Amino acid sequence: MNLGEINPILLIASLMVAATPLLLAAIGELVVEKAGVLNLGVEGMMIVGAISGFAISVETGSPWLGFVAAAMGGALLSLLFVLLTQFALANQVASGLALTLFGLGLSALLGQSYVGIKPPSMGDIHIPVLSDLPVIGPILFQHDPILYVGIALTAGVWAMLKYTRAGLILRAVGENHDAAHALGYKVVRIRVLALLFGGACAGLGGAYISLIRVPQWTEGMTAGVGWIALALVVFASWKPWRTLLGAYLFGGITVLQLNLQAAGVAIPVEYLAMSPYIITILVLVILSADKSRAPASLGRIFHASH
Amino acid sequence: MKFTSLLASAAMALGLATGAVAEDKTKVGFVYVGPVGDGGWTYEHDKGRQAVEKHFGDKVETVYVESVPEGPDAERVMTQMALEGADLIFTTSFGYMDPTINVAKKFPNVKFEHATGYKTAPNVSVYSARFYEGRAVQGTIAGRMTKSNIIGYIGSYPIPEVIRGINSAYIHAKKVNPDVQFKIVWAYTWFDPAKEADAAKVLIEQGADVILQHTDSTAPQAAAQEAGNVITFGQASDMSEYAPLPRVSSIIDNWAPYYIARTQAVMDGTWESVNTWHGIKEGMVEIGEISEAVPADVKAEALALKDAIASGEYHPFTGPLNKQDGSPWLAEGEVADDGTLAGMNFYVEGLEGEIPQ
Repeated sequence: MNLGEINPILLIASLMVAATPLLLAAIGELVVEKAGVLNLGVEGMMIVGAISGFAISVETGSPWLGFVAAAMGGALLSLLFVLLTQFALANQVASGLALTLFGLGLSALLGQSYVGIKPPSMGDIHIPVLSDLPVIGPILFQHDPILYVGIALTAGVWAMLKYTRAGLILRAVGENHDAAHALGYKVVRIRVLALLFGGACAGLGGAYISLIRVPQWTEGMTAGVGWIALALVVFASWKPWRTLLGAYLFGGITVLQLNLQAAGVAIPVEYLAMSPYIITILVLVILSADKSRAPASLGRIFHASH
Repeated sequence: MKFTSLLASAAMALGLATGAVAEDKTKVGFVYVGPVGDGGWTYEHDKGRQAVEKHFGDKVETVYVESVPEGPDAERVMTQMALEGADLIFTTSFGYMDPTINVAKKFPNVKFEHATGYKTAPNVSVYSARFYEGRAVQGTIAGRMTKSNIIGYIGSYPIPEVIRGINSAYIHAKKVNPDVQFKIVWAYTWFDPAKEADAAKVLIEQGADVILQHTDSTAPQAAAQEAGNVITFGQASDMSEYAPLPRVSSIIDNWAPYYIARTQAVMDGTWESVNTWHGIKEGMVEIGEISEAVPADVKAEALALKDAIASGEYHPFTGPLNKQDGSPWLAEGEVADDGTLAGMNFYVEGLEGEIPQ
């Protein structure tokens, strides 16, 4: 065992990278659930985002266009969910599961010719002075731009939900859609917008895996991150900053436990392997002792005639 | 009660109907642990399936289900295949062992073939390849090529097949480079590109300049390419899209001849429960093209080792070898028997860390 082999600066830098796909997907789903819709199709939207982003950035040579395409791809897939649940009034759980299955299949089909190709690299940003600071520079100021987009989105969603009129309306729709409807708010329109946002975020998260974290295209490469994002939203009590904390904890401990294993620390590997799940759940459950609860209309179908 | 009996009879009728239709065609089912496009393990099994279709043409019908989790869900998938009239079912991952045995009990007329396991039954065969022979070749190249003397190894699950590979690679790396050190990381997954890439990055950050993987996707190759100055080996499949660097060689699993032979046996009615374990000699394990990034003398040495294994003149587990705790395992010139190898649950001397139990 030799803990000295673990470089703490590289560790913290790579935990932020490992956490970002999860954070992006979870922040999108948080907004969706705050609007009272349960979309279990996160995994499907992520994988479609992963291939749309990969394909477009390979074809155009621009990772930026890739991420734009990924957001559009995720949002486009969520439109299918919109159609099923908001207009055909289908069951949200079943529609969400169907969306995931459909997304996995569709992405495998679209990705046929992209196996084994290296995508164009996005490159890390470099801020004069700040990036050159010792320790803090490599940890905070030498990442790819999308990582900062994730943090900015978290801040934006938090401020929007807490301080703006739009956020208040969104929450009202999620808490009691009948009352919101009676007040004259367009429940369906607001939910559609929330779902599109959720789809775009999930798409970005997927593309982050295929363009930056791995970077390659492989079928089924999101391998369950979407489901973890769904669980994270619940454990984080639908609060943006806790979602960020949870994502960083999960990503961080995942990377940390691999580091500990490689350094030969004498903790049984089974415990290390399960630690990301257990510690994240434990911390978030303790935090949620303040009786925060789910949006009251979560998962309920709305029809104006009710 | 009524409903369930209705369901049962419907299922039976369905089974009979498909059975009747499929009478002239042999139906072969495959259960895969990852997607067919993983570029590694499952990809090669699916190539075997396609070879069966090509070889028998109209006489055979194949079906497959991909990304089946190792656990109760696997039983459901196998049961479904058997009910739909499959005559022969290949279950292609270690974790399907007990589910295969359970389902085989319920369908005595269906033949099952389980890959990499050790439990057989009158209608269950097991088959595997001696991947450790290929690992010996990899270990030799890795030991010669490493500059940092640290070799990273991404393990999936601590099962005998994976442990054999680690031991074999280590023995042969150590033989050509006594200073070599192995860093082993268990991913606890067969297929999760993001996690496999993370594991590779961690190993590289901790000084490894050779990455060996026993997981199914090409993600560690991509991570090594990104890092630069790191070499890797294709796992299960050639992964030649990452050649000449980082991928310098590979172990290729060639299942097609076995799948064709077993399907033929079912057609002829000569199928029997067997325990097959083929290696380089029979062609079930192939060594992928050693790229130009490897110096000529190292390449020649690796190929000589490969030929010695193929001819049977050399066995990768030849004594003197001690177990990790220093207790003697094989005496000078003694060769490991298949029973010990099949259930291998210990590291050889020199490897650090404990095997998760």
